[in-house]
Amino acid sequence: MTVAMRPQISACPACAAAPAAEALAEREAVKDADLALSLPTIHCAACISTVEKVLNAAPGIRQARVNLTQKRAQIVADAGVTADQLIALLADAGYEAHELDATALRATQTDRAGRDLLMRMAVAGFAMMNVMLLSIAVWSGAEGPTRDMFHWISAAIALPVIAFSAQPFFGNAWRALRVGKLNMDVPISLAIGLAVVTSLWETSLSGEHAYFDAAVALTFFLLTGRYLDHRTRAIARSAAEELAALEVPRARRVWPDGSETEVPVAELSVGDLIRVRPGGRMPVDGEITSGTSELDRSLLTGETLPIYAEPGQAVSAGEVNLTGPLTIRATAVGRDSSLHRMADLVAVAESGRSRYTSLADKAAKLYAPGVHILSALAFIGWYLATFDPRTAVNIAAAVLIITCPCALGLAVPAVTTAASGRLFRRGLLIKDATALERLAEVDTVVFDKTGTLTAGTPEPINLDSLTTEQLSVALALAEGSSHPLSVALAGAARAKGVEPAILDAVSEVPGYGTEALWNGQPVRLGRTGWTGGTELDLTASWLRIGDAAPSAVTFTDQLRPGAAEAVAELKADGTRILLMSGDTEGAVAQLAQKLGIDNWQANCLPEDKAERIASLSETGAKVLMVGDGLNDTAALAAAHVSISPASALDAARAASDIVLLGTDLSPLPEAVRTARAATKRIRQNFRIATWYNIIAVPLAVAGLATPLIAALAMSASSITVSLNALRLRSQP
Amino acid sequence: MNVLAFLIPISLILGGIGLAFFVFTVKSRQYEDPEGDARRILSDEYDDHPKPD
Repeated sequence: MTVAMRPQISACPACAAAPAAEALAEREAVKDADLALSLPTIHCAACISTVEKVLNAAPGIRQARVNLTQKRAQIVADAGVTADQLIALLADAGYEAHELDATALRATQTDRAGRDLLMRMAVAGFAMMNVMLLSIAVWSGAEGPTRDMFHWISAAIALPVIAFSAQPFFGNAWRALRVGKLNMDVPISLAIGLAVVTSLWETSLSGEHAYFDAAVALTFFLLTGRYLDHRTRAIARSAAEELAALEVPRARRVWPDGSETEVPVAELSVGDLIRVRPGGRMPVDGEITSGTSELDRSLLTGETLPIYAEPGQAVSAGEVNLTGPLTIRATAVGRDSSLHRMADLVAVAESGRSRYTSLADKAAKLYAPGVHILSALAFIGWYLATFDPRTAVNIAAAVLIITCPCALGLAVPAVTTAASGRLFRRGLLIKDATALERLAEVDTVVFDKTGTLTAGTPEPINLDSLTTEQLSVALALAEGSSHPLSVALAGAARAKGVEPAILDAVSEVPGYGTEALWNGQPVRLGRTGWTGGTELDLTASWLRIGDAAPSAVTFTDQLRPGAAEAVAELKADGTRILLMSGDTEGAVAQLAQKLGIDNWQANCLPEDKAERIASLSETGAKVLMVGDGLNDTAALAAAHVSISPASALDAARAASDIVLLGTDLSPLPEAVRTARAATKRIRQNFRIATWYNIIAVPLAVAGLATPLIAALAMSASSITVSLNALRLRSQP
Repeated sequence: MNVLAFLIPISLILGGIGLAFFVFTVKSRQYEDPEGDARRILSDEYDDHPKPD
């Protein structure tokens, strides 16, 4: 659950930055700046050398190195060099670059655990080859002193190697036993340990059978499974961390003398004045002290309609300022802000989900006691039959080695690696280890509207009802503003081939709209009240020319690409689809009709969404929640499995199991299908492993298993299971 | 059979050298950017003069 535990760390930018900022300050005092840039567009050798040349030529840069796999650049520079300067330089060279919060990335940069596993795996692999070489000589008929010598050399290789390579298993088994539990590592450790001990005993008595090769091969195969598992998760974690690191938490603080400086959000305290420019996000909760504007609250509430903002009004962290610059006085920062309170809600819901038992855990629960009992019975049976402890121990060890879960250890990681790799190429990031299995069970999908099914960009829908004259005035007015509705209107009008009218004295009134003079009469484009329009249920902007009655330009939220296909395909697969939005009834109804969703609900509060999902789950439905806003986080955490787009708020991404990296929604149905195929493959692998046990265990219990049979069976089943998993990559 | 006295140590030493190199490559982080390293050999830039520190 390491991935699922991360939300608390990253959910609130302010809290994530607090230790980060301290570390930053400390480093800057003693050493040079350490910068990281994300370079999403680089893809070839020329890109690497151009970027490195540009960066290395910049003044104050000590060293710059591009990592193409992660599409990042690591820069060591003199203090005083800022990321903004470098981003501008790279933009001139034609490369898009974004600053990454270097401290947020620290965890993945040094993947110690991964390198540690790789090293142990390599050592085990080396030993396996050498011991196998000697074992083949024994199996092909080496006898007497030669066989003993080969066994002793094998022991000399195997003992130190197992002491080093099998440590992760011994450690896990010991931790489980100490709290009185059994996990997969207990039979593994027992089998490896018993194999080495009995083999040493046999060798010292010049015995015929030694299982050194089996012990080392077992370690190698199981470490391979562990490493694959770790890699899949590390890739997902590093990509998820990069998303979080893209949002460098900064704010513009206004000092009493009127000057402004950029400071980390973590350094803000209650009572500080903060300037929020148009397009910027509120870093903290606060109260507007000066300026008028409009606020987009869609990430918090799901409403698409911007609200009017004026001095004295309270704002919450996460809202986006649209038109005019605002100055706010902070009323709650960091842990007290509404953004963080919402994240706490998620943490509570999350603890419920960790109760899910994965297929591997279920298998281990059946398996671990089973093999111990079987091996103990074999020992007792043979001891009673022969009264020879040596034979009895040998056979008990053979049973443990034969049943040892090589194939089981590979069955799940091999499949999840193949499936996650396939989905990653389609732009889906699997963050949680059990997310694939949960996704496979889904029978109900709940969508959020704003920002999930829709792209969050408005689109005018009734331009045809305006006269050419009105359109040209509206276009000219719209071009005088950077408000999202104006931008959308101007774009659509231009696309229709409308020529802008010639206006005089164009001025934007922040929070209201744009006004001008056209042929001597005043014209206005803007809010309902300001232009004299009547309130509508849809997002609308009003145009008034002179004293004529105002006419409305209505907008709808543009559909996200692939949304219609995704909904249609999911429906065709027999999935129930629900739409729940915090937006107004008119807007939701329109979209539901467009997509053919019968089951929809408008004006939902965050609690409504979470409760509805909880009640669906109680009736036995397995719910997939797809959402992006802060108002969705509780629902995302409450659902059986959840997906959020990369554009979602940090808290929502952290609460979901899977992140959709692109803007396109169409990979969704494929994700569900791939998850189903993967789960099927995992079950199939378990069956293969079981069959191999059914055949080999009687041989071992009967005392007929030789080290050669053990080695053959073990390798054959591991390879079959891995190949079976690989089939998932090539499936259409 | 005396040949074994040479062959076994030789095979172990050769394997050990390979392992030692692998350990060196892991320790010096040569597996951090496999994709970039595959492309860098196509680059004409030679960095045989490391930047003075």
